[in-house]
Amino acid sequence: MTETIVVTSGKGGVGKTTTSASLATGLAAQGKKVAVIDFDVGLRNLDLIMGCERRVVYDFVNVIHQEASLKQALIRDKRYENLYVLAASQTRDKDALTQEGVQRVLEDLGKEGFDYIVCDSPAGIEKGAFLAMYFADRALVVVNPEVSSVRDSDRILGLLASKTRKGESGQGGVPAHLLLTRYNPVRVESGQMLGIKDVEEVLGLPVVGVIPEHESVLMASNQGVPVILDESSLAGQAYADAIARLLGESRPMRFIDAPKKGLFKRMFGS
Amino acid sequence: MGILDFLKSRPKNTATIAKERLRIIVAQERSSRNTPDYLPMLRTELLAVIRKYVHVDLDAINIQVERDGEHEVLELSVALPEHKTDTTA
Repeated sequence: MTETIVVTSGKGGVGKTTTSASLATGLAAQGKKVAVIDFDVGLRNLDLIMGCERRVVYDFVNVIHQEASLKQALIRDKRYENLYVLAASQTRDKDALTQEGVQRVLEDLGKEGFDYIVCDSPAGIEKGAFLAMYFADRALVVVNPEVSSVRDSDRILGLLASKTRKGESGQGGVPAHLLLTRYNPVRVESGQMLGIKDVEEVLGLPVVGVIPEHESVLMASNQGVPVILDESSLAGQAYADAIARLLGESRPMRFIDAPKKGLFKRMFGS
Repeated sequence: MGILDFLKSRPKNTATIAKERLRIIVAQERSSRNTPDYLPMLRTELLAVIRKYVHVDLDAINIQVERDGEHEVLELSVALPEHKTDTTA
């Protein structure tokens, strides 16, 4: 059975691509056969985060328009031989994706024996975002502890419930998990940032993982290595925890409390 | 954070304000979800027609789609202004 997971958010810049890359890599590290697809036609970026930007010859749109075979377009990861990237097209217009085409590619990946297909959604609620979520079995909604991101996430949750195959066929929509990213426990503690409970209460969904805001995320993207592979990184470890929870394991939340500060530090510096 | 900042009053708890604002707007947007896309347009056009005869405010028109078993019922209510003898319409 192939499971299709969409990584979506509504708002841009919250960490969808970072999350897609780490989710796909984390699943592959557990021996699953994984394909990760960039649905952001015109603004391809997953290839950069995965570190395969110079190996893109054919892309998702080429496969949809049958200008290349799926095998030709799938880029095998350098680190895991059971992990493949399908890059977005850089030049075509947004209408390059069709519902039938996307469905065919997903079905073909299923026939190729993939365990997981991770769909990296573009921001917004246009066609690319719609098609990324349409055929999904599950959704990972990436949300920042910030008002516009939370509101957009709620909009996306509404679309997942209605404008998807699972929504239209009366199956109650795509089951969604919240992933809270760019979390800063110090600012939460001082009342400057929404906390985990706040976001859960507003959206009415439990959080499956909390990724702390950390310099290692930028360092990983600089190098084209998904942050989950940086085992010393708090964000990487938090991603590993979140993926384990998605697969049904129960793990305690880590890195969600502010470090205790001594009196000296509180007075003289941070 | 230096000693001066520490001596200043603590920053306002803006997260609470954010949560309260979100709670209200999310509830409002959820209640208008799953209603047909044409509803806002229908409301505007109905208002224009009604205004040809009676002067009512935008919020005097209330349109709701209610589910009644298998059927969906479009419910429309217009609050007319209080009776005045000098009708200008």
